Amino acid sequence: MDLSYGPRYLALREEVRDFIKQYGDQSPRTGGGRKRPDKRALDWQRLLLQRGYFARTIPKEYGGFGLPLDVMELAIIADEFSTAGVSAGIMNQGISMLVPTLLEVGSREQCAKWIGPTIRGEVIWCQGYSEPGSGSDLAAVKTHAYVDDGRFVINGQKIWTSSAHFADMMFLLCRTDADKGKHGGLSYLLIPMSAEGIEVRPLITMTGRAEFNETFLTNVRVPIDQTVMQRGDGWHVANVTSKYERLLLGDPNKLAHRLARVIELMRRTSLIGVPTIEIPEYRDRLLKLQGEVLASKFHGLRLLSEQSRDEESGVRRLIVKLNGTMIAYRLSSLAVDVLGAAGLSYEPKGEALEDDEATTWQIDNMYDIGLIIGGGSSNIQKNIIGERGLGLPREPTANTKSAQKV
Amino acid sequence: MEFGLSNEQQLLESSLRRFLEGELSIERLRKVAGIGTGFDAALWEGLVGQGIVGFLVPEHFGGTGLALLDAAVVAESLGYHVTPLPFLASVVMAPLTLMSFGSEAQQAEWLPKIASGEVKMSMAFVDGAGQTGCNSAWLKGNMLSGHLTGVLDAGAASHVLVLLTDGRAALVDAHDTGVTVDVHASIDRTRPISSYAFSGAKAIILDAAADAHEAATRVIDAGRLVLAADTLGAAQFMFDRALDYSKERVQFDRAIGSFQAVKHTIADLATMLEPCRALVWYAAYAQDALPEEARIMALHAKAHVSEVGREVARLTTELHGGMGFTDLLGLHYWFKRIAFDRQILGAPEYCRREAAKVQGWLVA
Ligand SMILES: Cc1cc2nc3c(=O)[nH]c(=O)nc-3n(C[C@H](O)[C@H](O)[C@H](O)COP(=O)(O)OP(=O)(O)OC[C@H]3O[C@@H](n4cnc5c(N)ncnc54)[C@H](O)[C@@H]3O)c2cc1C
Repeated sequence: MDLSYGPRYLALREEVRDFIKQYGDQSPRTGGGRKRPDKRALDWQRLLLQRGYFARTIPKEYGGFGLPLDVMELAIIADEFSTAGVSAGIMNQGISMLVPTLLEVGSREQCAKWIGPTIRGEVIWCQGYSEPGSGSDLAAVKTHAYVDDGRFVINGQKIWTSSAHFADMMFLLCRTDADKGKHGGLSYLLIPMSAEGIEVRPLITMTGRAEFNETFLTNVRVPIDQTVMQRGDGWHVANVTSKYERLLLGDPNKLAHRLARVIELMRRTSLIGVPTIEIPEYRDRLLKLQGEVLASKFHGLRLLSEQSRDEESGVRRLIVKLNGTMIAYRLSSLAVDVLGAAGLSYEPKGEALEDDEATTWQIDNMYDIGLIIGGGSSNIQKNIIGERGLGLPREPTANTKSAQKV
Repeated sequence: MEFGLSNEQQLLESSLRRFLEGELSIERLRKVAGIGTGFDAALWEGLVGQGIVGFLVPEHFGGTGLALLDAAVVAESLGYHVTPLPFLASVVMAPLTLMSFGSEAQQAEWLPKIASGEVKMSMAFVDGAGQTGCNSAWLKGNMLSGHLTGVLDAGAASHVLVLLTDGRAALVDAHDTGVTVDVHASIDRTRPISSYAFSGAKAIILDAAADAHEAATRVIDAGRLVLAADTLGAAQFMFDRALDYSKERVQFDRAIGSFQAVKHTIADLATMLEPCRALVWYAAYAQDALPEEARIMALHAKAHVSEVGREVARLTTELHGGMGFTDLLGLHYWFKRIAFDRQILGAPEYCRREAAKVQGWLVA
């Protein structure tokens, strides 16, 4: 166990700190992907790209900084930005899921064309996987495409499409061969949201806001070369994307940050004149969660070390989403509880009220449920942990009739 | 940065596991459990042979001068095999007590004896360790009197170390005429829980601690950390057995592990248990190298791993069906070990309350 960082890493940490001290006030308030990035966010993004704090390991020819992968460096950068409460850059499905997918399985042309504008925040993507009849059972998608005059012609419906209302492009999973079996007949296409025949209708979520959409596709025509890998490889590509999606969810650093916010909240709020942090019932809940967050945090450090040594983490990595999303939910639940009646105040429509503490916690708390479901629900994660991580036998039906979103 | 065990620690772990696997069959365990002293002389000799008994003792006093992270690695292995040995008091807490409360001469006299396995010490506390009974002990000159319950590792102890409330420690020969030991079987037959009555027993007084309160806290926290590691090992064993069993046991023409209720229970257990190991490692490392975090980490490690341990113990027993409830598999030894670890030196609620104090979240 050696938790010290070598001189090179300490120097990087200093450098990032100096950068944040000098430029931090130009940061947008969040790096979140629930809205299209504004000018401030785009300017900040450009600065981060120039300095190599974003897209550090993406090749220069694709608009990145072109350094070799060093997970410690990435962790230090992420850590400094999150500690300072400064945006670490734009986060959305294009950047966190499509870009690594293209780097892993896309063609040179696709990488050259899409990665640069995506990481600069100019092109926003949405994920066209789920359908009304196909969520956990992702390979059951019915949206289909046939070839006509060198183009795919797509028809079908997607649902729960986050960001579709402001996205420029969609990565879409659809059926291109009806006779090649459930998994063999799928393809992964990149399609412009401006194409004729695409209609996006907002879908109101339990938060009261339209965070995702229904997307209808009627005779949408896209060139065949917009396919990632080959026609029929869609299931493989979709799994690559899902892998990156899972890595994103349940992040222990975010938990530590949220815990700090709950502690701060509990020092300020009071019940019959006593700070909630001193009330035994609430305090013990907080302490239990603190134990969980600490365990997750050090588990994350362990994974980081394993990754830097190129070791397989197996089941240890697979548990992160399940564990992290649940702890996040329990933290926001505690925050809502200690706010008492004041915590019930909720005005989802007024944008300005996003600053309101109660509303923020309520929205987080509900959104956490979304994260427990999205990207593979907790039950599906448990199947993955059991089967892939621990070698338990598969569901008898899963081999034949259905396949899970993995 | 390197978060994980060193090569030496991995070697230590694998050689100890090999040794225990070879020595400690379930039949042997049953036999020792039947005796109820929590001590098996041959196993003890084995630990001495592996250099483990003296490994916290500094080299110039005949030990190996290793750190608490090494102790955590060993404790996890001992817990994995429900090893009946007085490790906690004699190997971990007693040398730490001597090192902070004893004078140079006292250390020179006693530490080599601990390191060689020649003396075995139990540890008793008047307070500060989450006791629920009413303990008291006092010195008149160098004569110790009083009554102490909930004492660790007294089953085969040659000496007892008592941490007194006045900031001193008293070292007493367990066979002194002024000492009566009452060794009770505990729920965990691998470790008895004893009481001592002292009536003017001859004591060697250890009063060289620079800050006695802080030193006592450190000894107890080190004990908590070792208990967390022990629980982790025992829970990991129960998990491994349940995982194997669910792949083998067939009902309704299928391995039970293919049923989702079973599979999901196992996935939940893995999700609870895996992060505990990183927590224990970090907490141990904090004892060695991060003094400002040491306290809170030991408290959280003890509390959190105890909670997880209880869940693992219950659910893995349940996953074995009726077999889990019988004495045939002996799984209950692990269940009871986890239960013992949970209650001793402060149950989770007590540890969390202490953690609140450390962070200033508790008035007074
Ligand atoms: C906030 C949010 C954002 C999303 N964003 C997008 C997006 O941008 N693009 C996109 O394509 N999709 C998106 N989704 C959809 C998401 O991927 C699906 O909701 C998810 O995969 C679950 O599918 P489902 O909703 O059809 O639930 P179902 O599959 O119908 O599942 C219903 C319940 O049954 C359980 N279940 C199903 N199958 C099994 C099984 N084999 N074993 C045990 N339990 C099972 C599930 O765990 C769940 O509890 C989003 C969802 C949310 C909540």
